[in-house]
Amino acid sequence: MNYGLLLSTDNIDFMIHRLVPFNFFGTEVWITDSHVCVLIVMLILVIFSIIAGNKFRKALANDQMEPDGFQNFVEAIIDFLQNTVGNAMGKSADRYFNYIATIFMFILVSNISGLLGLRPPTADWAVTLPMALITFSLIHINEVKFAKSPLALWADKCSPLPPWLPIWLPINIISDIAVPISLSLRLFANVLSGTVMMALIYGLLGWIATAWPAALHVYFDLFSGAIQTYVFCMLTMTYIASARGEA
Amino acid sequence: MGEFNQAFIYGCSAIGAGLALIAGIGPGVGQGIAAGHGASAVGRNPGAKGDIMSTMLLGQAVAETTGLYGLLVAMLLMFVKPFKI
Repeated sequence: MNYGLLLSTDNIDFMIHRLVPFNFFGTEVWITDSHVCVLIVMLILVIFSIIAGNKFRKALANDQMEPDGFQNFVEAIIDFLQNTVGNAMGKSADRYFNYIATIFMFILVSNISGLLGLRPPTADWAVTLPMALITFSLIHINEVKFAKSPLALWADKCSPLPPWLPIWLPINIISDIAVPISLSLRLFANVLSGTVMMALIYGLLGWIATAWPAALHVYFDLFSGAIQTYVFCMLTMTYIASARGEA
Repeated sequence: MGEFNQAFIYGCSAIGAGLALIAGIGPGVGQGIAAGHGASAVGRNPGAKGDIMSTMLLGQAVAETTGLYGLLVAMLLMFVKPFKI
């Protein structure tokens, strides 16, 4: 018997579905919705990049100085990303522009892919946690690389107290470990809450939810998705820049 | 857990999910304070509206995290149903 908590729980569906089983060193794992949606998002981005690259190559070959429609759009995106990365990272902006721009476009297209009828891939912790772990690795690689000496690193980790009294060391380590967890859970929970809310509205209201949920899509998918993309990239840049001793 | 049936446990899970969302009070107050100070900052210095906006949104998104933890706990209790007999 189904002890559903809501009236018609059978119509509500926002879970990740298992599609194809396969064997991974003796454990049974599944290809899920998230894999398919990530691949679709990547396909969209790859096709967009190929078209944009061809456009620019053609414009460069023809010595065409005035950009037209599509080229304007791409230039506006690149301009915005360069301004954002440049303001946040200062000197190391050139070095990290490619990475930040990549995750920015990936997260943005993932978040608004709810509009295309996909389940947003970022509403799966298995997608957001690896991105946060990449940030975590970059923070600590840069921290070690830019430390003046191992002793300075140790003193930094014991920071409010002097280095010979490492009482604050475990607390600093815990706050370092909390960075990727909070970074990934923030993105995941925001997108998941939008997905769940839309699933509840469509599942519970039935035919009443015909046209007006479009307004909610604008808030949950477009606004919230864009804000969370910006926040994820901004925090990544801030953490990396402060690990490089620039902010 | 022999003396409780499944419906009782699901009911208690729903009450727990509701209680977990009390966590939404804190971020609401915090985001309101941030937005108010942002508005007064724009009133004092309208030229810096872009910087103030981005700083405010960043701070609000970070303040939102604790509320989202409560939301996650509520969702786990409601939909994943961890307490099965």
